[in-house]
Amino acid sequence: MNLILVWGGLIGLVMILYVILDGISLGVGLLFPRARDEQERNLMMDSIAPVWDANQTWLVFGGGAIFAAFPVVYGVLSSGLYIPLFTFICGLIFRGVTFEFRGEASRKEPWNKAFFLGSLVAVFSQGLMLGGILTGIRVEGNHFAGSPLDWLNPFSVMVGLALVPGYMMLGSTYLIIKTTGAVQERAYREAAWSGLAVLAFMAVVTLWTPFHYPLVWTHWFSPPRIYFVWAFPLMGLIASYKLRKSLKARREILPLVCSIILFLSGYLGLITSLYPYAIPPRVTLQDAAAQPETMRFVLWGAGIVLPFVLGYLIYSYWVFRGKVGQEKYYG
Amino acid sequence: MNPILLSRLQFAVTTMFHILFPVLTIGLSLYLVVLELLWLRTKQEIYYRMYRFWVKIFAINFGVGVVSGIVLEFEFGTNFSRFSQAVANVFSPLLAFEAMTAFFLEAGFLGVMLFGWKRVHRSIHFLATCLVAAGGILSAFWILAANSWMQTPAGYKLVDGKFLVTDFLTAIFNPSLPVRLGHMLVASFETSMFAVTGISAYFLLKGKDEEFYRRSLGIALWMAAFLAPLQVYLGDMSGRNVFHHQPAKLAAMEAHWPTNTQGGAPFAVIAIPDMEEERNLYQITIPQGLSLLVTHSLRGRVPGLKEFPREDRPSAPILFWTFRLMVAIGFIFFLVMAWAGVLWRRGILYTHRPFLRTLVVIQPLGFLATEVGWITTEMGRQPWLVYNLMRTAEGISPIPAGNVLWSLSLIVIIFGLIGGSYFYYVLKTLRRGPDLESPIPPIQRPAGMPAREKAKGETEAKG
Repeated sequence: MNLILVWGGLIGLVMILYVILDGISLGVGLLFPRARDEQERNLMMDSIAPVWDANQTWLVFGGGAIFAAFPVVYGVLSSGLYIPLFTFICGLIFRGVTFEFRGEASRKEPWNKAFFLGSLVAVFSQGLMLGGILTGIRVEGNHFAGSPLDWLNPFSVMVGLALVPGYMMLGSTYLIIKTTGAVQERAYREAAWSGLAVLAFMAVVTLWTPFHYPLVWTHWFSPPRIYFVWAFPLMGLIASYKLRKSLKARREILPLVCSIILFLSGYLGLITSLYPYAIPPRVTLQDAAAQPETMRFVLWGAGIVLPFVLGYLIYSYWVFRGKVGQEKYYG
Repeated sequence: MNPILLSRLQFAVTTMFHILFPVLTIGLSLYLVVLELLWLRTKQEIYYRMYRFWVKIFAINFGVGVVSGIVLEFEFGTNFSRFSQAVANVFSPLLAFEAMTAFFLEAGFLGVMLFGWKRVHRSIHFLATCLVAAGGILSAFWILAANSWMQTPAGYKLVDGKFLVTDFLTAIFNPSLPVRLGHMLVASFETSMFAVTGISAYFLLKGKDEEFYRRSLGIALWMAAFLAPLQVYLGDMSGRNVFHHQPAKLAAMEAHWPTNTQGGAPFAVIAIPDMEEERNLYQITIPQGLSLLVTHSLRGRVPGLKEFPREDRPSAPILFWTFRLMVAIGFIFFLVMAWAGVLWRRGILYTHRPFLRTLVVIQPLGFLATEVGWITTEMGRQPWLVYNLMRTAEGISPIPAGNVLWSLSLIVIIFGLIGGSYFYYVLKTLRRGPDLESPIPPIQRPAGMPAREKAKGETEAKG
């Protein structure tokens, strides 16, 4: 049981790292059409160029870790969410190849579009998948037993739409740190309105979810969760208030910190609603878990390797710290 | 439409597209390590120029490799979820370790390698190049461990159709891993070196930047001189490994039907195998050849395909020809290197036009050999997903064929677009040629010390 909790926690950590880190890159992609000229677009691109691949690798590791620790989750979700998972990956493909291709291209326009649309498709598909999971997935004998479009409903579409301003907020607050001048000025404005939109969407989701999903209702309004579940919306409210204030005060690093806390509040709320279910409404973490030997083996590996990974990733962020300027990685 | 066939087709399309890129990534990264080492050692500017030129091809290639690889990571679940859930306890840790030890390493240092010139000390930059190369090799290790486990499973026990692990070291270092890993790594290096020589020879023939391409060609040829004979040796070892662990696959590769009861088994140079009639419709054979090859004795017993039940046989026509194509290419490379040795002794290696033209022509062959080699090994595993233990048909996801048809079409279109663009931009980079003018970035302080004032126009970090 402890092993399952540790793995649940580790995967939860990896997923939120992916969401925040790649969310920043995807957010920059979503804001791409708002740049006025190629020079501004080059700056936005350069702000994530040295780190985007490492950011995306958390997804690949997350996939591998879920496969190793909770194989039922891996198998059921990837066959149950087949269509949004593929559109998600296709979006990532276009987003990813743009870095090099756009750098080489003399006509940048098609790749500017590919970068934006790739990011948009990836973000929206993520929302569809999350919405699909919350809706519930039919499982029989540990295998997916639903039909191909079960994930498609107004709620999942709404979650997909909600992620768009969410990632825009992460992207713009990151651009505040990495840029100066006109791009930074615009990022301040974008962070302000996307932050408001996020708050609105979060309110809608918070109200909609318990009414729509009896499981969430019981989880929230019965002990022990009733004693702390209110803390997450409160945390979100404080974060968005701080975000507004820090934007007004033209702070550079604080807005990103607030955006991340805002995301965390939603994420923790989500986990509180679902735990101990890995695939709602029926499959728990316990049901989905791998053989203890497997969990232990990979945990040992992760315990040894991940500290190094975190170390050199932090080093590589540190190497590329500061404002992007005249180095011109691409273009 | 049949969802099993569609899922297999989709996986084949994805892997066959994807594998082209890691091959060049792994091979070029080793070449870049050599170039940067030469630059740091000799201080000759030209090696720096060479690095900067070839790293551009590397970067474009790496990007496509990364994104096409993500598809694979999830395709085990999307299309083969029953397989994934049955083997997860043994198989999935290998993928998790690949991401942890290899992908992060590559991704973490790629940025430094491509963009870090003005930000880190040269020794740190060299370290980054080495670590990216190490990441590529590690990733090959884990993915071959996973694939080899499917070919020659070990370290497991089967309980109610589920594989439980008994010993991870045995599972990872399963009987076919060492030789297959060696074979694949050398294939990557060799393919990449022949790609570099082909490109360099093309520009030498055109008389462009001769000094630059002569050096590029020379270093790649030196590396290939070691690799080409080594690959012939590893190929032989790999063949004998198949003979010991997957005799049905070997019989199909060699179109060998009845088991030789007296005397040695003949080696078919050319054959038209017929699965229905269980014989070769036409063949040219060397007596005792096959026994000699796989058992290293003239009379060694080699089980024929007829010894295996019909439903357990892989396709002899496909295996026979893909295998022969791969072997032929291996020998072409070997002979070209022998030729290169003669020309080198005569001192006309870089000027002998027929040789340079040959290098241009054979340049794509390494990629072709990699593809047909993988077709041989994967089609040769059929009808099994896990050799002799789990059939392909038992492993697919409970999803309708329509899903797969949709995603397969999507993948074909996108890979077509991406592959086309890839060639366009690689050719464009090659046509533009090396940059022999831009100043070399000054040496930075070692990492850990605050970076000093940057070049003008660059704002300093706030910390």
